[in-house]
Formats: sequence, C-alpha cells, structure tokens
Amino acid sequence: MPTPRPLSPHLQVYRWQWTMVLSILHRVTGISLGLGTVLLAWWLLAAATGPGAFAVARAFIGSIPGRLVLLSFTFALFFHLANGVRHLFWDFGMGLERHTARRSGWIAFLAAIVLTVVAWELGYLMRDGAAL
Amino acid sequence: MRFRSPLRTARGLGSARHGVNAWWGQRASALALVPLSIWLTASLISLAGATHAHFSAWVGTPVNAVAMLLLLGVAFYHLKGGLDVVIEDYVHTEWRKRMTRTASTFAVVAAAAASGFAVLKLALT
Repeated sequence: MPTPRPLSPHLQVYRWQWTMVLSILHRVTGISLGLGTVLLAWWLLAAATGPGAFAVARAFIGSIPGRLVLLSFTFALFFHLANGVRHLFWDFGMGLERHTARRSGWIAFLAAIVLTVVAWELGYLMRDGAAL
Repeated sequence: MRFRSPLRTARGLGSARHGVNAWWGQRASALALVPLSIWLTASLISLAGATHAHFSAWVGTPVNAVAMLLLLGVAFYHLKGGLDVVIEDYVHTEWRKRMTRTASTFAVVAAAAASGFAVLKLALT
C-alpha cells in the first residue's frame, strides 16, 4: 500500500505569489465557465421551449443576481481567454522566465478587467438602444 | 501455485500512451475557442434584453446556428478535458476518480445534447 503522502496540489507548503494566484484563478474561472455554459444551455433550451420559458430565463438574467452571475461569467471568460493565450505561448517555450511570466500575468489580469468593463458598457448601450 | 503473471499487477498503472492526444485536444480546442468565445461575447452584448422572437430569429440564421453549435461542441469538449485534469488532481482513490469522471462526462454530454438540440430546433422550425 502506498504511504499517505501529500499529493499534488499541496498548496500549504508554498509561499503565495502572483503567478500562483493566477494559476489557481485559471482553474476557478474554468470551472465557473463550465457552470456559465450550463446557463447558456438553459437560455437556449428556454428559447426552444417557447415564449413562457424564455420569459422566466430572461427575468432571471435581467435581475440583480442574474446580472452579477453574468458579470462574473464575462470576467471569467475574458480572464480564462487571456490567461489561456499565455498558456499557449508557454507551450511553445516562450515567456517562461520569472520576470516575463509575472508581467504577462498582470497584462492578462488587467486586460480581463478592461475587456469586462468595455463589454458591459457596450451591452448597456445595445439594450437601451433596442426596443424592449 | 500462482498462475498470475506480474503483468496483471502492472497493467493499468503505467502510461497508456494516450496522454499526448488529451494534451493536443485541449490545446486545439483552446485555439478554436479564441475566436468562438469572442464571437459569443459580442453576440451576447448585441442580444442584451432581447425578446423571444428576436433571440429565436437570431439563433435561427445559418451563420449563428453553425457558430453556436461549434462553440457548444468545442466548449463542452474543452470543459470535459479541464474537469478531467481537476478530478485527477484532487481525487486520488481509483474508483472514486472513475466515478467522478464518469459523472462529469454524463453531465457534460447531457448539457451539450440539450443545448445542441435547442439550437437545431430554433434553426430548423
């Protein structure tokens, strides 16, 4: 029988650092996006079911909790996207130096925040422009 | 007398030599999701507050229906790959790992089938 040793990821032995926070955030946003995709599936199914079911989904998405969920989904998507591109560069052996990895991490994080703000700004503009 | 060969105890414990496929699959789907997820976000923005008629008509156009089906297929595939890695990292008992992975596959395939069917229904009726 194997001896019970701490298996990966044993977070408690590491000193917290920025690149590690982003790595964990990549995983957290990935799982959140999975739940978000289920929400997308619900929206599509509601539309396919009929106007009544769609009204329920629309009311939830338009509500304050619904908007918070959607806001988190937008940030999760942009962060996972930007950080995912960072991962793809690493796969080609680029940007692995400590200094570069830290800097690209900041770029990915800030880009996600900026893109989220821009997306919501545009979303509100569209909604106010559309006939409800 | 033991008829059991050492192979019996070794089987299933080493590399199955399929790891590279999983690795490539995750990278390829990530690459495909770059344009697809940008398209999705832009679409969701344009659909903010959309009525049922507007939303159904939007999904029903060939370009949007195909893009949505591609997005759903690739996103759920990528999600499955990601969940597998997370499960392998945190669930260490073999049978629990298998059960968790099977349950996650069921959930992902069910969500993919439901959403894919919804898109087809909106596009084809």
